Amino acid sequence: MTVVMEKPEKTAPAEKTAPVVGVRRVSRRVVVAAILVVWLVLFAVLRGKQTLSLASADLTDLHRWFNDVNDSIGADRNSNPFFLYFFNEIRLVIDNLVTFIQELISQPTEGRPVPQVGWLGVVGIAGYVSWAVGNWRVALLAMAGLTFMGLQGLWQESMDTLALTVSAVFVALLFAIPLGVWAGLSDRFNRIVTPFLDFMQTMPTFVYLAPITLFFLIGPASATIATVIYAAPPAIRITAHAIRAVPETTVEAADSLGATRRQALLKVLLPMSKRTVVMGVNQSIMAALAMVTITALIDAPGLGKTVVQALQSLDVGTAFNAGLAIVVMAIVLDRVATAASTREETARGSGGRFQAWRRPLLGAGAVAALVLVYLSHTYVWAAEFPGDGTVGSKIASAADTATTWAQDNLSGLTNGFRDTLTNGLLNPFQTLLTDSPWWLVGAALIGLGVVIGGWRAGVTTAVCVGLLVATGMWSDAMTTLASSVVATVLVMVFGVVFGVWMGRSMLVDRLLRPTLDAAQVMPPFVYLVPFLALFGATRFTAIVAAIVYAAPVAIKIIADGVRAVPETTVEAATSAGCNTWQIITKVQLPMSRSALTLATNQGLIYVLSMVVVGGLVGAGALGYDVVAGFSQSELYGKGLAAGLAIVLLGVMFDRITQAAARRASA
Amino acid sequence: MTTQTEVPQRGSTPQDSGATPVISVRRLWKVFGPKADQVPESEELCGLTRRELMDRTGCTAAVRDVHFDVSPGEVFVVMGLSGSGKSTLVRCLTRLIEPTAGEVVFEGEDIRQADAARLRDLRRRKFSMVFQHFGLLPHRRVLDNVSFGLEIRGMSRAERTRRAQEVVELVGLAGYENSYPAQLSGGMQQRVGLARALAGDPDVLFFDEPFSALDPLIRRDMQNEVIRLHHEVGKTMVFITHDLSEALKLGDRILIMRDGKMVQCGTGDELVGAPADDYVREFVKDVPRGDVLTLRWIMRPPADGDALDGPELGPDVVVKEATRAVLAADKPVKVVENGKLLGIVGDEEILAVVAGQEGGA
Repeated sequence: MTVVMEKPEKTAPAEKTAPVVGVRRVSRRVVVAAILVVWLVLFAVLRGKQTLSLASADLTDLHRWFNDVNDSIGADRNSNPFFLYFFNEIRLVIDNLVTFIQELISQPTEGRPVPQVGWLGVVGIAGYVSWAVGNWRVALLAMAGLTFMGLQGLWQESMDTLALTVSAVFVALLFAIPLGVWAGLSDRFNRIVTPFLDFMQTMPTFVYLAPITLFFLIGPASATIATVIYAAPPAIRITAHAIRAVPETTVEAADSLGATRRQALLKVLLPMSKRTVVMGVNQSIMAALAMVTITALIDAPGLGKTVVQALQSLDVGTAFNAGLAIVVMAIVLDRVATAASTREETARGSGGRFQAWRRPLLGAGAVAALVLVYLSHTYVWAAEFPGDGTVGSKIASAADTATTWAQDNLSGLTNGFRDTLTNGLLNPFQTLLTDSPWWLVGAALIGLGVVIGGWRAGVTTAVCVGLLVATGMWSDAMTTLASSVVATVLVMVFGVVFGVWMGRSMLVDRLLRPTLDAAQVMPPFVYLVPFLALFGATRFTAIVAAIVYAAPVAIKIIADGVRAVPETTVEAATSAGCNTWQIITKVQLPMSRSALTLATNQGLIYVLSMVVVGGLVGAGALGYDVVAGFSQSELYGKGLAAGLAIVLLGVMFDRITQAAARRASA
Repeated sequence: MTTQTEVPQRGSTPQDSGATPVISVRRLWKVFGPKADQVPESEELCGLTRRELMDRTGCTAAVRDVHFDVSPGEVFVVMGLSGSGKSTLVRCLTRLIEPTAGEVVFEGEDIRQADAARLRDLRRRKFSMVFQHFGLLPHRRVLDNVSFGLEIRGMSRAERTRRAQEVVELVGLAGYENSYPAQLSGGMQQRVGLARALAGDPDVLFFDEPFSALDPLIRRDMQNEVIRLHHEVGKTMVFITHDLSEALKLGDRILIMRDGKMVQCGTGDELVGAPADDYVREFVKDVPRGDVLTLRWIMRPPADGDALDGPELGPDVVVKEATRAVLAADKPVKVVENGKLLGIVGDEEILAVVAGQEGGA
């Protein structure tokens, strides 16, 4: 295995670069076609040779070595000073924080069969806080949402999820906002952090988990840290952007009045960027919620765990019920945070009629919330959510009924659809990738990387291909690659159709955009549930879920690209006698080329992370390897290698499409 | 290149009062780019045009070797088209942009030598600036915007509110104290900017194209407002504009810039009456000359046959205002200053100006 490792870098460029240089000036398309033809011809000849396939229980030396590392770290955990004084301390602090919040709202504490604050208190606090930072409408929504979760019989799970989300967001913002302000003020620091943030955001959520458990063990601490890593980048980025977006004149005006740096920061920059920063907090919360549900894979408590367990036993009803609770929580958190970011503006506009009353009302609200907290601390009826979750079982059985009905009545349709796509597109493509000799696929990938993304992207691709081979997960990586590419192609089809439609029509935009925004808020997990009901546990389910997960972002980017085409250009084309089709194909799409490449980039990244999550419902390949690594210690090393392979695929995709996007916009 | 027009002196302009200048700028340079500080030192690089300098060194010289004095109470206008370096120049005066070379002497102190604390103190008490795009704080009410500079100084809330209220009334914003900037029109917002600048009772007000973003009618109102305020509070003002009519309307003296260099510095009638070069001539071509030129510019020495018993007028009377008197008199009007006959003006001279027949001087 390791002996052949050198080969890809050497053979690959030698084979592919020669035609590229000569023909590049002619046409990129011709070169791409040539590469594909050569690949197909060689595939026909060499099919099934040197495919580097690895049976699911087999391990390579690297995997065993990872296992050994894991074991030795496990053994050293309480003796190695680095662990003793660093990682263990961090774990302790985070654990304490999480436990504190859990004992407050979700888990029984010492000497009490119930948490310190019962359901009534939590609902009261949620309502009060939502009202104070937002408005009374979102306060009602928050209270109704939480009560609904209780009725679903998922109170404790919801509170666990909430506790993890709150602690992760708290820790994330503790770092993210100061770092964001710094990045906003200092160009140099901004240049340093940007690549890190890019990298953190391109990595599929999944792959953080394994390495983190290596250092922080399985459990809430690892879950929180993984969530912090995932939730901090958007807040850092948006805070930096907000600081940079403050008009230069305003800062200059403060300077000209003799403000010190501190005064300028506290009185001008921070107040003026507050609204955008709150949007960053919103993003951070949503990312945290999405990640907290996924961390169920490393034994984090909460709704995610219910979903994962139900998915693994293919219990659609239970998964749907818990998924619904996640959706409700996502909607509540999103609405409240959005209301918080717009509150000040609306208050400013209303002429301050209620401003005089606000303080006493806030005080009264606080007292009311405290009374509820006291009641829920003292009386059982206010502490334990009443009822036995009949609403939840009704939802679950209704979902089950719907699933059965769909499977009985729609199976012809859905299976037909699934089989057509699987046999017509997915299987041949996957066979081409997995059954070609690895060096052939590698060479083709590098060739495409060079042609589409340029030399530097080609080099990155070559390195990634080499490392992919080294992980020993080549064959599984190719299966995942096949699913991702097929899903991305379909995402782009949707993206172009709906994006152009939205870009051309304000009405369609107004109708679709809220749905798309809402769709983007959902944690990726949730998407699996309905498609599991429709298509059963197959690769295809993961692909459809990935398409639904990735399409909104692609559609929005393309719509914005089409809208950004100057009105006059479209007018000029119309006056030249173009019909609608010609305007779309000859003016609007070519002119939004950079948006198209950007949409492809984002689409690929989203799809990749979802296809991997699909490992849970039978998508197999890398996603399955990662999940198996969490649950079986002998597969730990393999899971880690699979995670690495996912990162490599992500980096490869990202570099090529980014380079292509830069070229398109140049 | 530069012409400090000396020829005909006007008697009453403030800069002739003999007072020491408030601001005195000497050999001021601002160069952007790599190794910018080498440019002003090199005789050879100084001689290049902006384009050549860019090609040679990759540097942009925004302000090149500018020097002028501003007298107490004067309205000094810097005029030029976009890219002429005027906005950079005014920012160099308060070091919002750090000058590359030269001196900016303010009340005898070279502010380029001031350290950060001293500079801040100067900005808090001596200068203030009004910006083209207002630079107001959208999250503060008008009154809090106006008192912002006082707040930064550390003045108590009661005192700064009282002072801000005075200034708000001075600029005609009474009744809008509790509005937010976004609720005001552009003209009103700029009044807030003006009030904020006045609140600290500075010695010098800098205006960076303050009215360029406003509608023409509102711009005229605001110009009149500045004239009124100048009469009332008598501050020294340095005013940047790209609009010649604005410059002529407001400026006691006008400095014309082009590509970072001074082209001409003088009173309005000097620019119109004696343009330094074709650039200035082209600029002032469309100015109604009768509104700007004074009798000093059109009088001629009395010839032998002239009757010298006509009515008398001062040399600084604007042609437009003298027209009726000259045309009504059947003899040429005598231009007299301090009892001394400077020259005479007849119908012909007046008509030449009013009818626009006089070619460029």
